[in-house]
Amino acid sequence: MRDRSFAPSRILIYLVVTLFAAAYLAPLVVVVLNSLRTNEEIAQGSMIGWPQHLAWGNYALAWSGFCIAETCAGIRPYMLNSALVTIPATIFSTLLGAVAGYAVSLWRFRGDNWIYGIVTLGLFLPQQMRLLPWTIVLRDIGLINTLWGLVLIHTIQGLSFTVLFCRNYYIAIPHELIRAARIDGAGFFRIFWRIILPLSAPILIVTVIWQFTHIWNEFLYGVTFTTGQQQPVTAALIALSAAVADIPQHGVQSAAVIIAALPTLLIYLFGGRYFVRGLTAGAVK
Amino acid sequence: MAALSIRALSKRYANLEVLKGIDLDIESGEFTVLVGPSGCGKSTLLNIVAGLDRASDGKIEIGGRVVNDVPPKDRDIAMVFQSYALYPSMTVRQNITFGMECRHVAKAEQEKALANVAKLLQIEPLLGRKPSQLSGGQRQRVAMGRALVRDPLLFLFDEPLSNLDAKLRVEMRMEIKRLHQRIGATIIYVTHDQIEAMTMATRIAVMHRGVVQQFADPDTVYRYPANLFVARFMGSPPMNTMPARLEADAGGPVAVIGAGRPDEVRLRLQDYDAAASYVGREVVLGIRPECIAEGDRVFSGATGAPVIVTAPVELVEPTGAETIVLLRLGGEPAQARISPEIRPTPGGTASFALDTRRICLFDPETERLIA
Repeated sequence: MRDRSFAPSRILIYLVVTLFAAAYLAPLVVVVLNSLRTNEEIAQGSMIGWPQHLAWGNYALAWSGFCIAETCAGIRPYMLNSALVTIPATIFSTLLGAVAGYAVSLWRFRGDNWIYGIVTLGLFLPQQMRLLPWTIVLRDIGLINTLWGLVLIHTIQGLSFTVLFCRNYYIAIPHELIRAARIDGAGFFRIFWRIILPLSAPILIVTVIWQFTHIWNEFLYGVTFTTGQQQPVTAALIALSAAVADIPQHGVQSAAVIIAALPTLLIYLFGGRYFVRGLTAGAVK
Repeated sequence: MAALSIRALSKRYANLEVLKGIDLDIESGEFTVLVGPSGCGKSTLLNIVAGLDRASDGKIEIGGRVVNDVPPKDRDIAMVFQSYALYPSMTVRQNITFGMECRHVAKAEQEKALANVAKLLQIEPLLGRKPSQLSGGQRQRVAMGRALVRDPLLFLFDEPLSNLDAKLRVEMRMEIKRLHQRIGATIIYVTHDQIEAMTMATRIAVMHRGVVQQFADPDTVYRYPANLFVARFMGSPPMNTMPARLEADAGGPVAVIGAGRPDEVRLRLQDYDAAASYVGREVVLGIRPECIAEGDRVFSGATGAPVIVTAPVELVEPTGAETIVLLRLGGEPAQARISPEIRPTPGGTASFALDTRRICLFDPETERLIA
């Protein structure tokens, strides 16, 4: 058989793939490199350059020393805010999505497809369109400028995705399982807890990764509904760059960006293969 | 006592009527098989009895209690499904005890019931395994164990053998029958396989287009099919049916196949008094393949000489245990079951003995059995 590794088409493919990878990775490389350079070094040279010596101090400063909007505690409190929003919202939206997906896929009831359709319609509504209604809701229930307000928003908006994912996974589970359990005397929640949930690991991993990444990276709601000490890290990063507009602090800013991106990067690194597997996983056999 | 009584039961989906006025009475200890082609409504009927589906009309009584509005778990039934429906994440033990757990049966009692059933079905070594680690036959056993452990008034089986390969199916068929003989349970068993129906049932309900065509013991269904559908559905190969003309002479009624043709076949019928009013009219004649045999066959219990006809042979199918022959009787195609060692030549003719005592006559309009 011919050795195909030197075929011209192969070389072309690798060339194109490498080009794309370089284009996508270039900003990350620039930010990582800058996070390790001192401000003086960046100011003297250009934004793009190799660090002359590794300035790890940028990370310490970004984490807990840098001033954002008159508070000099770095991005640590905002990271905590993000965690306090992202973790509960991810758990709630995933669990609710699993229960709802289970209900619309395995318990047929009048209007089930309508409900499913309306819930997933949320996927197609632009975020900006939802700002005003949410403002009214948060104001009326007194959750404006609170982390719980963001938890509520992300839980409810996340349902569109989690219901879609879970329903499409559960639809492949044989209905006879439910029938057998009903005859055995199990009700809606016992069937979910004892039979469906133990089968759900692949899809729950997918929804958790998806929800965590999206909620952590979300910016618009964070910047709209919270201010000052209540902001998630994505919104705080903007405040950070605004605060340093007079004297550019690219090294510290880059370090802050890397720290802010770390949780989702780690989630993807550790869970990525489950994610890909889960999205393509078929029925429970 | 009637274990199950169904009155005027019907089921409609939008404008499609799936079940049309079903009446059934099933006695305690009976093995009733609901058999019919796919789409005849047999599984829907079973689901309605189980409470998994609602009837549009009619009444269902289990053990003398009207259960129309009783949820499945309170109907005192157990069900075995076509796909077995074992809970994938539970062990065999948990699968069997899950129902008792839901009904809050005491732990000691659960253990006792589990041990009994596991012994009865010989699945003790499997109790710690997950369903995915079991073979098809083992899964089938566990599914039955889950039903048996409940000790219900009524067992419902929904095509439980159709996922098994042919050999295992025959084994499990016998095992289910043996189980029924041993524990005397009341069983309603749905299948599309008429052999399963014939071999296991104490009574068969043949269904077609949402109607029970005949509800009788297997021998009656086979020997006196209520109509042409039942005649053609039960038996393999099925009953031969062909147009014939009923005539009469001094000796009584005579059925003529292919009347007027040079090769017409005249069959004298004895004890067919019910057909008297059809003399001089067209009927549909039914004759089972085993009632057409090689020319020198003596049918058991026959008095007098058999009817011998010479007929053209079109096709010969040796099965090993017998030879199936496609021939023409008065121009009409018919299948015969003859001795395995006899192989007539296709294209030639051969002589066949006909057992005329077991001929069925049907009304060509209503398709009902005349005699």
